[in-house]
Amino acid sequence: MTASYDVAVLGAGPAGAAAAIEASSHGLRTIVFDEHIAAGGQVYRTSPRIEGNGDADGDRLRDAFGKAGIDRRLAHRVWHIERGDKGFGVYALGPDGPFNATAKTLIVATGAQERYVPFDGWDLPGVMGLASATVLLKSQRVLPGKCVVVAGAGPLLYAVAHGIVAGGGRVAAVVDAQPRHAWWRPDVLSRPDLVLRGIAWLNALWHAGVPIFRGRVVRSVMREGEALRVCVVGNGRVREIACDTVCCGFGLMPSTDVTRLLGATHAYEPSLGGWHVVVDDDQRTDVRGLYAAGDVAGVVGAAAAPFQGRIAARSAARNLGRTVDSEGKRERDRAARFGRAMTRLTQVDDEVIAAIPTGVTMCVCEGLNRATLEAAIDDGCATINDLKSATRCGMGACGGRVCEDSVARLIALKTSRTREEIGQATGRSPLRPVELDAIAGDFDYDALPMPAPAPL
Amino acid sequence: MSGYDLAVVGAGIMGATAALRAREGGMRVVVLERDVAGAGASGVNAGTLSLQIKRVGLMPYALVGHEWWRHAGDAIGFKQTGGYTLAFNQREQAMLEDRMRQKRAAGAPIEFLTPREVRAREPALSNRIVAASYCAEDGFADSTRTGTYLRRLLREADVELREHSPVSAIERGFRVTAGGETIEAKRLLIAGGAWTASLAAMLDVTLPIRVRTNTVTVTEPGPVHLHAGIGHATGLLTLKQKPNGSYLIGGGWQGVGSPATGRGRVLAETLLQNLRLARFAVPSVATARVLRSWTGYEAFVADYWPLAGALPGVPNAFVLTCVRGGYTIGPCIGPLVADLILGREPALPLFDPARVNATASPALAAAGR
Repeated sequence: MTASYDVAVLGAGPAGAAAAIEASSHGLRTIVFDEHIAAGGQVYRTSPRIEGNGDADGDRLRDAFGKAGIDRRLAHRVWHIERGDKGFGVYALGPDGPFNATAKTLIVATGAQERYVPFDGWDLPGVMGLASATVLLKSQRVLPGKCVVVAGAGPLLYAVAHGIVAGGGRVAAVVDAQPRHAWWRPDVLSRPDLVLRGIAWLNALWHAGVPIFRGRVVRSVMREGEALRVCVVGNGRVREIACDTVCCGFGLMPSTDVTRLLGATHAYEPSLGGWHVVVDDDQRTDVRGLYAAGDVAGVVGAAAAPFQGRIAARSAARNLGRTVDSEGKRERDRAARFGRAMTRLTQVDDEVIAAIPTGVTMCVCEGLNRATLEAAIDDGCATINDLKSATRCGMGACGGRVCEDSVARLIALKTSRTREEIGQATGRSPLRPVELDAIAGDFDYDALPMPAPAPL
Repeated sequence: MSGYDLAVVGAGIMGATAALRAREGGMRVVVLERDVAGAGASGVNAGTLSLQIKRVGLMPYALVGHEWWRHAGDAIGFKQTGGYTLAFNQREQAMLEDRMRQKRAAGAPIEFLTPREVRAREPALSNRIVAASYCAEDGFADSTRTGTYLRRLLREADVELREHSPVSAIERGFRVTAGGETIEAKRLLIAGGAWTASLAAMLDVTLPIRVRTNTVTVTEPGPVHLHAGIGHATGLLTLKQKPNGSYLIGGGWQGVGSPATGRGRVLAETLLQNLRLARFAVPSVATARVLRSWTGYEAFVADYWPLAGALPGVPNAFVLTCVRGGYTIGPCIGPLVADLILGREPALPLFDPARVNATASPALAAAGR
């Protein structure tokens, strides 16, 4: 049995929730899917057991979302979407098993995912991403470690370092790939409220006596008994820091699994987090009935997301015959400018890729190190899909989410090809790994429809 | 610009093995590939090398092809595991017995086993088996490695391979424009798989080729329960567990798509039937996590026999596609077509494309082309 809707929204973060609330307010039958058990996305992620997360914006979002008359399918994992004559078929797995829906229009608000840059020891236990650390802090209320080196680039560095200190942990050092002056740009200063929040974080770190090393990166992490020894380089200096946990990330990339699967056009733009789905001023993709809002259309952050979501919903409403104006575009664009400045701060130059030792595993799922991948590139692999076929790179459980960006940068470094030429991996179902039995469900063998057998 | 004795369009198994034989025969050969070697059906199929799913009339070709894969060995991940074909009810049993007898008569060493014997040898199989056949020759290879392997063979044989060079124009004679460059060749072989009809159309020849969009699925690696390749009496299932423990599930269930508009798409309805059949045959797949499903295009004509021979109405042009079971049979039939091009007598009969009513455009024929 498949329920049908006017609008299906994927993701209940700030973009998706706003889109759903807006769509519902125009009388559209609206359904939202999210993997998490509560709305809010990653930015307003909340604990399963603790009321609220101390973030008023997140609680307001959940409150409005709960009252909007939306079919809320939380704790649902969407594993497949297909486009047909009448719209989109969405296949999900929820707590009660398979749940499928069809919708005339689809708003993709799947957000962003962490960008990893490999270094010697990045695959050791105790080394994790910055976004992973925020999940521990927000959702589990768990410190990533007792004594943590927080490294990488972008605002998440300071959010995580502050979160650890506020939670009673110790930050051994913050290692920021950007020099101090990179932060003082007019577009950063365009949001004084967020700048003040950043200054408060820095102040807390200063009071906790946390050293901040700027213009430096983690070169290697080695395990020594219970401890990790982190080698930090930059500014002509080499420094070793002892800790038990390393959180390292280089900003976020749009989560484009769904939009790639559905064949929308994507573009590569570093200041938007790299590959993102292309949308017009009304958040429309070039696939009929398909809209995108939030970081999936370029990482510009949570402030712009609700505006994007509402604009997408209003476009969808117009598409479905409602008379609705567009509004909030100026607010969206202003918020996006700040978000884009933050994304720029997560960009690091090719030096970090060039510095990856040949023996370091780049594709963790398939166990492929840099030397193996380089040999395949030398052998003629010029695109991500070539390298995937030749080496199985990106074919494991992560679906390339962890390795694809750094491997594409490696191809670029070796072949001088552009990221457009190197391309993205083809989008595939299932969108996330799903247990075969869970999607196959119960069936009667004798009732399986068998097409005519092949000719003899 | 330089002149070749033969231009081959398509660096799949068919085109590459034909090119290799032509090179052996002394020809100067170029292979033009729209994507990379093995990017089409050759590289995205389920890697099944089973005599039990080959057509009776193609069995001699399959036996030769099988030897080629065995010879390729580790370079292509070849495993001769043996294979079982299963029937779960009486209708399927009748189909299995009839079909396997005919295939055995055609040269495949197929034997029949009782359900008890099968389960003793492969305990992971369903306890609902009614009848089963076994072929010790059967196995599989790693199709994702096809392209790398073919590229190496072509390089070693000094055959020029131009990848990322989609053919945009063909003039008789031949002048072939691919990837913006034009080459001249005395002979032309179109081995473009599902794209063959659009290539032949550049020579004003209409080939009534249709395309199937076959679905393949892989699971995450896990404990190894299954050793042999598994098939179904209807041919609607191929299932194997790779050395890393991931299950590979195929059987020709149909997605949607068209070669002209890019890769095909998986349909949940057919995918789920495919997975249910797999789960019924091998219950241990139930707990595996499905990692990825994809599709590949398989060209065919109404009678399901290959197009392998001269391209109707165009002197010195040849075509090779629509070989059912082409992954196994390709390395046999590719060289046979090259023999025809070299002016030799092929060791096995070819399949004249003229039979499918290929038509040259009447207007152009009248213009004397």
